[in-house]
Amino acid sequence: MWDYSEKVREHFFNPRNAGVLEDANGVGDVGSIKCGDALRLMLKVDPDSERILDARFQTFGCGSAIASSSALTEIIKGMTLDEALKVSNQDIADYLDGLPPEKMHCSVMGREALQAAVANYRGEEWKDDHEEGALICKCFAVDAVLIEETIRANGLTTVEQVAHYTKAGGGCASCHEGIEEILAKVAKEVCTAPTAEKKPTPAAVPPAPTAGAVPPAFTLGAVPPASKLTSFQRMRRIEETIESIRPMLQRDHGDIEIVEIDGKNIYVNLKGACVGCMMEAATLNGIQTKLVEALGEFVRLLPASQLGRA
Amino acid sequence: MNPIYLDNNATTACDPAVVEAMLPFFTAQFGNPSSLHSFGNKVGFALKEARARVQALLGAEHESEIVFTSCGTESDNTAILSALKAMPERNQVVTTAVEHPAILALCEHLEKEGYVVTRLGVDKRGRLDLDEYKAALGPRTAIVSAMWANNETGTIFPVEAMAEMAHAVGAQFHTDAVQAVGKIAIDLKKTKIDMLSLSGHKLHAPKGVGVLYLKRGTRFRPLLRGGHQERGRRAGTENTASIVGLGVACELAQQHMAYENTAVKRLRDKLEAGILAAVPRCFPTGDVANRLPNTSNIAFEFVEGEAILLLLNQAGIAASSGSACTSGSLEPSHVMRAMGIPYTAAHGTTRFSLSRFNTEAEIDRVIATVPSVIAKLRKLSPYWGESGPKEESFAPAYA
Repeated sequence: MWDYSEKVREHFFNPRNAGVLEDANGVGDVGSIKCGDALRLMLKVDPDSERILDARFQTFGCGSAIASSSALTEIIKGMTLDEALKVSNQDIADYLDGLPPEKMHCSVMGREALQAAVANYRGEEWKDDHEEGALICKCFAVDAVLIEETIRANGLTTVEQVAHYTKAGGGCASCHEGIEEILAKVAKEVCTAPTAEKKPTPAAVPPAPTAGAVPPAFTLGAVPPASKLTSFQRMRRIEETIESIRPMLQRDHGDIEIVEIDGKNIYVNLKGACVGCMMEAATLNGIQTKLVEALGEFVRLLPASQLGRA
Repeated sequence: MNPIYLDNNATTACDPAVVEAMLPFFTAQFGNPSSLHSFGNKVGFALKEARARVQALLGAEHESEIVFTSCGTESDNTAILSALKAMPERNQVVTTAVEHPAILALCEHLEKEGYVVTRLGVDKRGRLDLDEYKAALGPRTAIVSAMWANNETGTIFPVEAMAEMAHAVGAQFHTDAVQAVGKIAIDLKKTKIDMLSLSGHKLHAPKGVGVLYLKRGTRFRPLLRGGHQERGRRAGTENTASIVGLGVACELAQQHMAYENTAVKRLRDKLEAGILAAVPRCFPTGDVANRLPNTSNIAFEFVEGEAILLLLNQAGIAASSGSACTSGSLEPSHVMRAMGIPYTAAHGTTRFSLSRFNTEAEIDRVIATVPSVIAKLRKLSPYWGESGPKEESFAPAYA
């Protein structure tokens, strides 16, 4: 059974605002019985102030779907429509003291019903941007479509990179095999695509170093055009890219500094909380990807401890 | 109010007699059965006794046909992988669409490695078509694996006949009998079944012990290689306490077999009839005329299974569901989908599985509780009106 918070249980066993709202003037229907959850959100909106006077719901679904619906109606009652539209699915989850990661889609459904109900009140047509593929990462509810698109768009080649970009695989790790299969599928397509003018030969890739959390070399994927920067411009570009990333690391009490730039190998020191962090390899991978994008050439980001070895 | 446990197809309580028999093997009888001294000898005799008890329950011809493993899943994996290794000239696995994940996930993996997997479909009652099965068999079939009884619906497959048909094309036959052993009579020496999996914790033995039955003469390749335990067919020091417990559980299961098929069956039938009479728009799934005596799987239309389980749990009743939400996936159970149960009902399937420890008073309480649980959820549902479903009037633009 799921590890539901007391608040989720409470809202499931005693849902607030359940039932039909007779004089509703904004109704949002989302979900389907096929998918196992569906929600009708009914709003009574004051036409002058656009304030939500009352909100009720009917939900077919699991415990967290019913609790999320109940929480949503409690949150938005008394808000103006513009205020209500700012309510995110995370707000709904927070109101319930959190939802299990696999159940976050229940709060997403709540938000979608809200958008649909407001659109209905305003006489607009609401289009959902809901994409759906096979659920790969159950911890963070990431599906195959999103993973595949992200891999293509960013030329990702490792599970760590996918975790860095989409969160998929960053939790229990049981989906790593599935992510590897998507990576392999995309890599195969890119390799056989007729548009790939120059394929990188294995010899062009430096041999992988043996020690520690070192990002693997790019071997496949969309090859950016060769760099036309001068050495000075190139150095500046590397500096700028690292500088742009530092605030993100600092926010997590980490940091990074450049130690040496040796051709395609860029050596850095990770500092603060980054040292010994479980995500070290993923961090390096992500920064390496950014550098490759910025420079338009393959470079490898290596910890300074590798200096003179690679 | 004592909680009522109706989820015995998931796992069972250890019989107190099983626990008692196991205890000395954690203390005084700690020896390694492979050792030559008296510490080991005593334990070795206990394992021999346990093996004979399993043999008796299964009706196996030889004691040596019983191989102790760590669980049903290990037995399943061992059986299929062994057949493919032992017969490299054959590359096809025939199985069914409603197997346990211990079979289905392995088959999916084998498919990726290049093996051919044929999954037989079932009809709306969960039954196989033996003509379709016969057509699927061929000279490239290495192994057929079909469950003896389905874990969700209790539906029983004609495995004895299927084993004969597999042998006709030179294939091995394996059955996942995890749900069947201890609930229905099995006499393996009279069948052509080559391999059978059982799991201790489904018949009041502890978790972490299973058996692979291996008919004498069956070509076999071990999954685990190492020491000479289990005649080299399953290396690794034996889980002695659990094996002793399993032996006792098998003996008890044999003693209670008649009770299971009369008293337990009567309680199951009473429960099912009581619910069907009191709740509108629900129906039993599976082959009701040919199923395990302890299992009832009821599909409640227009309600979702996890919500049912949460409310039942609050009322002190433990059951199980084939709904998507209980497993974290988007689809309802593969068994319900294979039977073509409509989506309006598949998400609301609820399994009640009894054991010899359930009482009449418990069943009465469940019959009294279920209708109000379903009514409460239907009242919340946009698909349900005052008096019945109103599916037509609720059709979200986005699905």
